Amino acid sequence: MVFEGLSSKLQDTFKKLRGKGKLTEKDIKEATREIKLALLEADVNFKVVKSFVKNINERALGADVLKSLTPGQQVIKIVNDELTSLMGGQPAKLEYSPKGITVIMLVGLQGAGKTTTAGKLAGHIKKDSKKVLLAACDVYRPAAIKQLQVIGNQVGAEVFADTEEKNPVVIAQNALKYAKEHFFDVVIFDTAGRLHIDEALMNELVDIKEKVAPDHTILNIDSMTGQEAVNVAETFNDKISLSGVILTKLDGDTRGGAALSVASVTGKPILFAGMGEKLTDLEIFYPDRMASRILGMGDVLTLIEKAQADFDEEKAVELQEKIRKQTFTLEDFKQQLAQMKDMGSFKDILEMIPGAGKKALKGIDVDEKEFVRSEAIINSMTPEERNNPSIINANRRKRIAAGSGTRVQDVNKLLKGFEQSKKMMKQFSGLNNKKHGKFKFPFM
Amino acid sequence: MAENLFEKLKNSLVKTKKSFSGKIDQLINYSGVYDEDFFEELEEILILSDIGYESTNEIIEKTREIITRENITDKVKVKNTIKSVVRDILKKDEDRHREINVPAVILIVGVNGVGKTTTIAKLANMYKSKGMNVMLAAGDTFRAAAVEQLEIWADRVGVPIIKNAQGADPSSVIYDALQAARSRKTDILICDTAGRLHNKDNLMKELSKMNKIINNSSDHFSVYRYLVLDATSGTNALSQAATFNEVTKLDGIILTKLDGSAKGGIIIPIKNQYHIPVEYVGVGEGMDDLQEFMPEDFAEILFE
Repeated sequence: MVFEGLSSKLQDTFKKLRGKGKLTEKDIKEATREIKLALLEADVNFKVVKSFVKNINERALGADVLKSLTPGQQVIKIVNDELTSLMGGQPAKLEYSPKGITVIMLVGLQGAGKTTTAGKLAGHIKKDSKKVLLAACDVYRPAAIKQLQVIGNQVGAEVFADTEEKNPVVIAQNALKYAKEHFFDVVIFDTAGRLHIDEALMNELVDIKEKVAPDHTILNIDSMTGQEAVNVAETFNDKISLSGVILTKLDGDTRGGAALSVASVTGKPILFAGMGEKLTDLEIFYPDRMASRILGMGDVLTLIEKAQADFDEEKAVELQEKIRKQTFTLEDFKQQLAQMKDMGSFKDILEMIPGAGKKALKGIDVDEKEFVRSEAIINSMTPEERNNPSIINANRRKRIAAGSGTRVQDVNKLLKGFEQSKKMMKQFSGLNNKKHGKFKFPFM
Repeated sequence: MAENLFEKLKNSLVKTKKSFSGKIDQLINYSGVYDEDFFEELEEILILSDIGYESTNEIIEKTREIITRENITDKVKVKNTIKSVVRDILKKDEDRHREINVPAVILIVGVNGVGKTTTIAKLANMYKSKGMNVMLAAGDTFRAAAVEQLEIWADRVGVPIIKNAQGADPSSVIYDALQAARSRKTDILICDTAGRLHNKDNLMKELSKMNKIINNSSDHFSVYRYLVLDATSGTNALSQAATFNEVTKLDGIILTKLDGSAKGGIIIPIKNQYHIPVEYVGVGEGMDDLQEFMPEDFAEILFE
């Protein structure tokens, strides 16, 4: 989970505050000390922590908090505000150049995830109906160009590569020329990873930047970076003047130090966060939502957006109709499973629900394979069986189990689950015209 | 030779030194008394070096105890006290001999982007130059072009590689490689794996399967499992070490990217809490930029 350690520590601190009807200065001192430790353990930069805690202290010791009827809540609100502003306050949008090509340059240390992010970003931009070119400027790492080509192919973006040319500055210039000639809207330059203390390679970046005049120079930074994150960001910013940051690997159980430090130190917004291995796993970074996730208040907005983006509206209407007419079949069930899968891991989704912090979710081990198994079972049925499950007798069950590599028990379980959901739907659709009665939610 | 290694490691740690030793010197020189303020400053320096809160506390408490007990006031002695506390932690679990018994199979694991593939090239190069015959297994079948990347390295180093297409089951690649290494009488087989975040259960299960396949070959091979850690990473590296150790019982750690300005301070809490020895450190992009980790030297250079 994102910010796992930090999140649970802060929530523990707040629990103590919430229980109190009145807060003394001592309570607040104690709480801020705990917040300080939690942040330090989360790799937040030492200097950032110091000023953060100072701000909290000043605001929390203000008269209106101590006299308030719900002082605990007030403190939480203050921490929430401060966390939000620490991460940049307002969400930043990736603006396209009003005329001509939008040029984006990705930079960062080795292994920060630039190439993967380039692909994810191309996919994201394509959704805005833009024609995107990926330019492979990493001539150093073996097979880096090939990697971008494969990824470009996966997201359906053209890749400009020149395996003969060894000078990334020349490649960049040629790529830009190519993009202009072929009417691309956006070109993304994937540069080689480099250490911020490597003079020669940093100067090369300066050269590339001069030649292609990017609208956006974006630093990719690994969310798991330690105290060093700040130095890295500052040096890159000094040398080539960044316009924004993308946090990668935020789906690790990172304690988020980099996320919380980099924006405040450089004053540059965090544009996106990489949230998984799939090329669609790139999220717009909302400081306020991230703050509430850290404080265990969930992130309903992202959840809703995810659901909207991944569910096909037409299909949803169709499904509703089927539920109403009670003609919901296993075929529909299968489609639903596929849509659930598209939304990402079930655990990730659960974590966005308010109150469903790490602790609440403890012990709930969602077996993602269950979905795959169910799909396999349905796939092993004939169309007739899918539309009319009642014909599935013992022999058929045996055949389906063998075909899907499962056991007869698994087939039984699925059929039973399906019957139950059908019953549940009956209750739902019956609600309008029948008397309201209590109904249970049978589940799986 | 030893001198040379020391120099190289020293150069790579110059940045570390600047931020760590330099600051400690400054602190000791400017504060005459060793009071609360002194230790608070010291705490700041240690935390800024990614040593983590817990180990920082331990170092401070031990130092404080020794200074008070022996009534130390001399500036040089104070510094030496801090140094010896840190060195003792670094030296934990290092009193074993590092030789690898051939035929051996080495499984390389780690999160994404720490430098596993490059490290494998360096290891292969090192063993080859020691006269052993080495084989690589391209077990990262997930990341785009990872197989090609390892292939290019295999070619440069001049060692054979066993591979399959991207998307293939990594366990089957490892299995094939083990068979091949057995029949070709390979001394050392090094297996690459895809980078995986340690909190992804399904990926860790996949790793556990590969590990099992390798363990099954232990009648013929000595098995070693190394975790690759990025020196730039923060205390998250601690949970990486813990989780990977749980899944594949680690034999050692390889710390990469020490040529950056990263401090590698995470080694200290890792050794302190998990007792996993650090085998090698990566100090550059070249094939030869891999060195044995010498705890004494590391501590020495930090405080020189």
